[in-house]
Amino acid sequence: MPVPVVASSRVAGIQTGEVHFLRHVATMAWKDLRVELRSREILFTMSFFAAMVVVLFSFAFLKESDDGEMVAVAEITPGFLWVAVLFSATLGMARAFDRERESDTMRGLLLSPAPRTALFLGKAVGLFVMMAMVEAVVIPLCWFFFAAPLFAEPLPMLALVLLATAGVAVVGSVFAAMLMRTRSREVLLPVVLYPILVPLFIAAIKGTSALLVGEPEQAWFWIRFLLVYDAAFVVAALWTFESLVIE
Amino acid sequence: MKKNAFLAAAVVCALGFAGTLYLAFYRAELDGLLFFNQKIFYYHVANAFMLFAATITCGVYSLLYLRKRQPRHDDIALAAGELAVLFGAVVLITGSIWGKAAWDKWWDWDARLTTSLLLWLTMVGYVLVRQYGGAGSERMAGGLAVFATVNIPLVYFSVSIWRTLHPQTSVVPGLQGGMRAAMWSSVALWGIFYVLLLRLRTDAARAERRLAELRERALDAGLIE
Repeated sequence: MPVPVVASSRVAGIQTGEVHFLRHVATMAWKDLRVELRSREILFTMSFFAAMVVVLFSFAFLKESDDGEMVAVAEITPGFLWVAVLFSATLGMARAFDRERESDTMRGLLLSPAPRTALFLGKAVGLFVMMAMVEAVVIPLCWFFFAAPLFAEPLPMLALVLLATAGVAVVGSVFAAMLMRTRSREVLLPVVLYPILVPLFIAAIKGTSALLVGEPEQAWFWIRFLLVYDAAFVVAALWTFESLVIE
Repeated sequence: MKKNAFLAAAVVCALGFAGTLYLAFYRAELDGLLFFNQKIFYYHVANAFMLFAATITCGVYSLLYLRKRQPRHDDIALAAGELAVLFGAVVLITGSIWGKAAWDKWWDWDARLTTSLLLWLTMVGYVLVRQYGGAGSERMAGGLAVFATVNIPLVYFSVSIWRTLHPQTSVVPGLQGGMRAAMWSSVALWGIFYVLLLRLRTDAARAERRLAELRERALDAGLIE
């Protein structure tokens, strides 16, 4: 009788406390990352796409200074950086859930004893790590191409990047999971995701440009804002995910 | 709402809109700076109120739907979501006409305009999901509406810090005389109009849903191909 076994072990999984919950999250994230590290499909395409966005933007927004050199002003570089990160993240999150759909493994995951919120957080953590790897390419690239002093204030910069990435990963995982079963999800994902991410986007860009012009207090303000944003959406995500993925 | 009440409200609405035209153009004082251009205010602001009313209705009923899974809540959420897009379009169009007259430009990235635009874009996203998401999109759109509701204060806060060009106006509560009468009667009538449209669209949504259910059952029973 497989059904009662699944049901009872699922209850046990929920009831054995936070350590088990975190272990489920880690297992889920590690599973996603291991799949990815074997093919490196998402990581390479995401990074290439992000780099391409930066290069394309430079054609549109670089201007010639008086002595004939091409320069990017401090206000523009954060825009290159964050639009590239956001666009590439959209590719990555759609693909991460497409994998589950193609081989119909989502059903297996939902039937497993792990609580659904742990599945969701595991997905989000996996996406977070992948986005961080892409950022490890794009941020030095912006520094390299536009001579932007992105590493002048390492601590607030790191906080800003981590919090913004976490926000994108959480909100993106919810929407990608919700869209998994709908038609034309490729076009719908950015349609629904970007309006929700606007406050995060403003905070990331404003915070980064505050660091570039040497105003760390301003950046800390946006870091606190990102903290509020992340907290609000983690709660909203944990609260809605359960009812959104029920088969 | 019974059929007679609906008809009565529709008649009140039709007569009332003619009445607000009279109030706005003959009774309300001419604005000292903008003259006749200011008349659009009575429609612009009333529609902005309706945009918020429709968005809130959509958010509340989406939440109810996600919690209780009653399809009738979802019908109302769908109707309100579409109306939010409609009223939002009127707000943005009348707003930019007014902006052209008052500030001599069609658009300004001021906090209020940006927030309204983003709210409208979110609702357009909601309707797109409903339209093209296929089966199961109502749950997904419900989730989106909940997220959008959480997002509104964050958008407003971040945008107003990003852009604090214009002082926050408190024009509406401070209106006097004929302007006040024209303003509030317009808001009240648009409110009735909104409820009527919501009712009509909800009925249509319910009819569509029932038709789809019937078709499904007939397919199962082998009555239709």
